[in-house]
Amino acid sequence: MSAQVLTYIFVGLTFGLYIAIAIWSRSGSTADFYVAGGHVHPLANGAATAADWMSAASYLSMAGIIAFEGADGARYLMGWTGGYVLLALCLAPYLRKFAKFTVPDFVGDRYYSQTARLVAVLCVVFISFTYIAGQMRGVGIVFSRFLEVDIDLGVGIGMGIVFFYAVLGGMKGITYTQVAQYCVLIFAYLVPAIYISLMLTNVPLPMLGFGSTLNDGSGMFLLDKLDGLTQELGMAAFTEGKKSTVDMFFITAALMAGTAGLPHVIVRFFTVPSVRDARVSAGYALIFIALLYTTAPAVAAFARLNIIDALNETEYQALPEWFSKWEDSGLLAWVDKNQDGKLQYRGGAALEPAKPIFSGERGASGERLVSNEVGASANELYIDRDIIVLAHPEIAQLPNWVVALVAAGGLAAALSTAAGLLLVISSAISHDLLKNTLARNLTETQELRWARVSAAVAILIAGLFGIYPPGFVAEVVAFAFGLAAASFFPVILLGIFSTRMNKEAAISGMLSGLILTTSYISYFKFMAPELNHAEHWWFGISPEGIGTLGMLLNFAVALVVMRVTPPPPESVVNMVRAIRIPKQAS
Amino acid sequence: MSQEDQRQAETESSAARQPDEPVGVSDEAGHEAYWRANVRTLLSLLLVWFFVSFGCGILWVDALNEYSFFGWKLGFWFSQQGAIYTFVVLIFVYVFKMNALDRRFNVDEDR
Repeated sequence: MSAQVLTYIFVGLTFGLYIAIAIWSRSGSTADFYVAGGHVHPLANGAATAADWMSAASYLSMAGIIAFEGADGARYLMGWTGGYVLLALCLAPYLRKFAKFTVPDFVGDRYYSQTARLVAVLCVVFISFTYIAGQMRGVGIVFSRFLEVDIDLGVGIGMGIVFFYAVLGGMKGITYTQVAQYCVLIFAYLVPAIYISLMLTNVPLPMLGFGSTLNDGSGMFLLDKLDGLTQELGMAAFTEGKKSTVDMFFITAALMAGTAGLPHVIVRFFTVPSVRDARVSAGYALIFIALLYTTAPAVAAFARLNIIDALNETEYQALPEWFSKWEDSGLLAWVDKNQDGKLQYRGGAALEPAKPIFSGERGASGERLVSNEVGASANELYIDRDIIVLAHPEIAQLPNWVVALVAAGGLAAALSTAAGLLLVISSAISHDLLKNTLARNLTETQELRWARVSAAVAILIAGLFGIYPPGFVAEVVAFAFGLAAASFFPVILLGIFSTRMNKEAAISGMLSGLILTTSYISYFKFMAPELNHAEHWWFGISPEGIGTLGMLLNFAVALVVMRVTPPPPESVVNMVRAIRIPKQAS
Repeated sequence: MSQEDQRQAETESSAARQPDEPVGVSDEAGHEAYWRANVRTLLSLLLVWFFVSFGCGILWVDALNEYSFFGWKLGFWFSQQGAIYTFVVLIFVYVFKMNALDRRFNVDEDR
């Protein structure tokens, strides 16, 4: 069977499964809708958290980034897993004991302030929409590449599926579909990785395989071979980083604190029955995440090696079939700079500007011509990093069913994250904005109806973002983590670990962190992008890492303001004392 | 001796008086002792967290890359594999230690 037919079958089957789960787990109350009634088994919550957290970016893009950046890719690997240690030790158990529905709930109650609650609602909505735009786009890309439907139609189908289980099932529906989606996505990620690891090294586990010797008879370690090849071709050695230590440090810290402060992750820990379950559930979640995150760098190394092997010094006519397919979609391009009819893959950018602009004509060998300036380097290949995971099974010539599986996995990753984000947006509107602020006399039934309405509206807006992607999506993702790190993380942490922490300190801390982070990122990303180089950055910190500085400022301002303003009321102090212990002794 | 130290000394001596009896958190001293033990546990685990990721994976990565570990350079292995494995272990150590602490102070949720 062709890969396309198989993809239709796999995608159809998985979508059928998600719908069946949604019908089985409908929500009947607001507690069901917001936190799945608080009855989720910690193991199931671990799998759901992993699917919730691992987005189209983790699944589709991360291995590609590492394949081309090598050692520098570690900031994502450590940043996006290390945050779970902070979450498990410093936030999750106490927030579970607090036992409400949302993050703005905690901020509003702990700081006895409607202003703080509203600031939190705004941050939640902004962070979540930033994130969701990328997910819907990911759904569209998978559909258009593998099923040859229009990107817009693909986004539409994705919206329909999410609509079904998020609006009907709320958190309950989302949780159990996320468990299924985790199984689909991890299976789809590991199968090709294991295949390729066996092909290159005879070692079945990819996370061990990429530290083993090659089976081509040379007896060389895979990474030594890759380091040698990359240097020979004038590229940075795969295992050497190019980023400065300071920048790596700050970016990793921002990603860690941002992960711990992201509302759609935090809220998953409201769904388990007890404090003890919240702790262990974070452990399960990290095991599930680590399975993919320790495989990703292996996939990256394998892919880089396979690409050099398949393409370098090969005549265009003799290039593998996948090359022309991805060339047609505009994600690969070749310029025959030295007119020898062969592809030279070297260091440096092939084109200027970096992304190809196709002229619509074909060259002497049949390649798509570009109208870009050719860069100074001898490199003739442009390759989009996002295709690595999707194209790798074809590059390694794996069977069609593996190719189809990867597409279904990509959809599972994007849809599960989108659903989690939508729920956070909908509860911020119906629960925090309406029920707790504007319309306090809502009945349970009315609130549930509003939750469904706001989920539906949020899906429509998210779909529009997917169909008409704003040009700044990639830029604002740095915002999401920076903001979470500079706003929520310090305020929640101090709210638990200091009984003296008051509303004045929280608001001034959040504001100073937010203002610093927002203005630094906007300056370098929007106002003066031409200055976005290390020599103009403060202390060599890139906009990606500035959230860490925002977080430190937030802590500093809060700790000073706290000492010169009145302490919080007795009732709040008692609340903090209560969330610090799992159960009051009888 | 500062007031803080004095209080800690008192709570520790009160815990020492009755080693087999679960210590409650109903009084101020018990609550304080439980919280201190909790904070101590998580600070020591966060030290390890910092050491493997920011230390071995970032600050000393070049120095560690001089050593090889199977087919990896050691620093590279820490930053792309070792740190992640350590994170998983840390969370389970935390779970284990906290469950024990909860039982000692009679605040575990099974009772």
